[in-house]
Amino acid sequence: MITKAPKIDRRSFIVGTAAVGSGLALGLNIPFGSHVVRAQDGSPEITAWVVIRPDDTVVIRIARSEMGQGTLTGLAQMVAEELECDWSKVTTEYPTPGQSVARKRVWGDFSTGGSRGIRMSHEYVRKGGATARVMLVQAAADAWGVPASECSAANSVITHGPSGRKTTYGKVAEAAAKLTPPANVVLKDPKDWKLIGKSVKRLDTMAKLTGAQVYGADLKLPGMLNAAIKDCPVFGGKVKSFEAAKVKGMPGVRHVVPVGDSAVAVVADTWWEAKTALDALPVVWDEGPNAQVSSATIAEMLKAGLDADQAFVRNQNGDVKAAIAAAPKKVEAVYAYPFLNHATMEPMNATARYTADRCEVWVPTQNGEAAFAATTAASGLPADKCEVYKINLGGGFGRRGAFHDYVTQAVLIAKQIPGTPVKLLWSREEDMTHGRYHPVMQAKLTGALDAAGNLTGLHCRLSGQSIITAVFPQLLQDGRDNLTFQGLDPSGDFAFGYTVPNLLIDHAMRNTHVPPGFWRGVNINQNAIFMECFMDELAHAAGQDPLEFRRKLMSKHPKHLAVLNAVADRAGWGKPARGVHRGLAQMMAFGSYVAACAEVSVSGGNQVKVQRIVCATDPGYAVNPAQIERQIAGSFVYGLSALFMEECTVKAGRIEQTNFHDFDSMRMAQMPKVESIIMPSGGFWGGVGEPTICVAAPAVLNAFFAATGKRIRTFPLKNHGIQMV
Amino acid sequence: MARLTINGRSVEVNVNPSTPLLWAIREQAGLTGTKYGCGVAQCGACTVHLDGAAIRSCVVPVAAAEGKQITTIEGLAAGSVLHKVQKAWLDHEVPQCGYCQAGMIMAAVALLKSKPKPTDADIDAGITNICRCGTFQQVRQAIHAAAKA
Repeated sequence: MITKAPKIDRRSFIVGTAAVGSGLALGLNIPFGSHVVRAQDGSPEITAWVVIRPDDTVVIRIARSEMGQGTLTGLAQMVAEELECDWSKVTTEYPTPGQSVARKRVWGDFSTGGSRGIRMSHEYVRKGGATARVMLVQAAADAWGVPASECSAANSVITHGPSGRKTTYGKVAEAAAKLTPPANVVLKDPKDWKLIGKSVKRLDTMAKLTGAQVYGADLKLPGMLNAAIKDCPVFGGKVKSFEAAKVKGMPGVRHVVPVGDSAVAVVADTWWEAKTALDALPVVWDEGPNAQVSSATIAEMLKAGLDADQAFVRNQNGDVKAAIAAAPKKVEAVYAYPFLNHATMEPMNATARYTADRCEVWVPTQNGEAAFAATTAASGLPADKCEVYKINLGGGFGRRGAFHDYVTQAVLIAKQIPGTPVKLLWSREEDMTHGRYHPVMQAKLTGALDAAGNLTGLHCRLSGQSIITAVFPQLLQDGRDNLTFQGLDPSGDFAFGYTVPNLLIDHAMRNTHVPPGFWRGVNINQNAIFMECFMDELAHAAGQDPLEFRRKLMSKHPKHLAVLNAVADRAGWGKPARGVHRGLAQMMAFGSYVAACAEVSVSGGNQVKVQRIVCATDPGYAVNPAQIERQIAGSFVYGLSALFMEECTVKAGRIEQTNFHDFDSMRMAQMPKVESIIMPSGGFWGGVGEPTICVAAPAVLNAFFAATGKRIRTFPLKNHGIQMV
Repeated sequence: MARLTINGRSVEVNVNPSTPLLWAIREQAGLTGTKYGCGVAQCGACTVHLDGAAIRSCVVPVAAAEGKQITTIEGLAAGSVLHKVQKAWLDHEVPQCGYCQAGMIMAAVALLKSKPKPTDADIDAGITNICRCGTFQQVRQAIHAAAKA
């Protein structure tokens, strides 16, 4: 029924329209229907989420951004489930942020981070589909002069039961669009879902196989120029001077312009010409006081926080200090996690065209509304004179959500060349050294064991950066950044999975001049390593099996325990395994329960082969299991690349790593076999893109300890001479 | 000025001969399926074929490609008929964001030319492209499937 292959150019409407520079014009009120809102091609909008064309094509609006994670297809499944449409006739389009403003955010939040694409919009997008279905059925019933209750809809066909008459959505769409939407619609019981839960094929694969898909970096506009940019290598520094005359005569060069007070750009006919000239451009920087900062000074500052008196408390019960003081056995360990760049495959870019009364931006973004805000701010124009067109992303991972520094730059350049579209593309070197980095964090963990090896007290002191302080300070709670504690919270979407009689989890905030940002999983990455490796340390100190040690602490956390048990069972925990050693980890993040069991073999003491990782997730509902499997495996590539080979170090105030030669990423040969157990238990909606990333690293570290007896507590592993093979 | 043969078509490119082939393909020939990822032959997003062999076009100067057959992702399918590697990629739903996939596919096609029935070890050695989304499991499956097609 729903297995028909998708058509080739599902996104061509968006890309094609953007490519000629006119942009999307969704929701125009063209006066040839009574109160009918129409798509650009004149087809009627039934609800904001559903447009039906006369040929029965169903256009589903997607507000969140597709960046490879499959959200576009998943959201379309949700709408189509309730719409009862023919899945083979479904196509999608992005509404623009400008239209969202004009229509009072009818599509809700555009933000596509925090694994929220589906879990935060599942209800209203399903209602958008259900409301449209009710209106289409009513329109058919009206035409036939029969009660709507005698009609049913399936596969885009409406049937009048008693007479057997049939019509299609395309035929009644015009009439349906004129009806008043019902105030309340009843959504299906999950047990009746036919499309949600099925591994239907993605809607957006074909164009990625032929070179046809247009990413931001590929955009072409008539008369467009290309810009390359260099921002001050030291964060917070400024441009002192540059000698434009030295490069003005180079091939293709049209303009050499300042960008804000910290950057300079060369604008040329082609990007290669722009970059060549930029590399030859003499620039003098005012690096400012941050030029004295190094990784060593940052580490010292964080270290001082491990024993500082003041710290923000997030999770506390009992009296941990008394428990530790009274314990017959005390275990202590200090861990540290480095800065990381996102290193999306497509470097940052944006294209802008500015005139005195209009500013348009084409940008690969995880949040069209945030890109729009950056556009209005940089252009100085009111919202009704700005528009943003979302272009396909070559990866996001958090870099393209809250931050649109590249949009600001593109607009500031375009403002200096009014009427000419300018595409700004960062070099990989610019991208690597001007990120919004995974925050640095250290942790001191102290555990108290009684004579029987029971954990009676646990203190986890975090010391390091706060993303929220840097990015959304209005969200701080009495100065505390709750995001820092992801996975260690007392309850909620990031609930700690252990019951410890005396517990304290607190954070000594230590911020740096290196700008922190959201990153795939972000704070669960280090928190899972800190907590799950330390649990392993405690189990060994207690002389107990790491699984049994955890189980005793998890009886009040049955969903956490269920995923842990699932991976242990599948991996054969406790059974002999020739040549491999196993490690476990579990966490709750973004509303989902996740666990992993890693199997590694180690040769020569430092050559680590991750042979297999069994991963389980309970996301509540699994909309498209095949895509969830891909997110699990993909998250491990991102997480294990970081664990083994990635860090951004600071010297003289700047990031030292410049490209993939010194910020490496896993390759095919290093890919472990990943087995996924998707076990949705229903009743809640958890995320998919990020949660699993955090369990890979601690599971591998615990397996490495099982193999070698060595605990590694600072990262990446390459700094210890340990290689992933 | 140089003359290149891209996907069987002769193209005049108005660039310094030291310009990387990647930028001549993208900005002169207008074929943007071949991607810029690193510029230093690390990531493989720019992989194209030069006389049938996979090369990283971001470090090969235009001068070295003159007189040779250049094949890009746009030249892989025969009209609307996908190459067997593209077909396998479609069947196995390999791409996530897709940005690295043109290079990945071109590397796979070259691998299958030299190793028509590759082992896992052959695939490990032959596919060295970076994919930050982490599609490696599907890439491996699709290469095996294409080898059987």
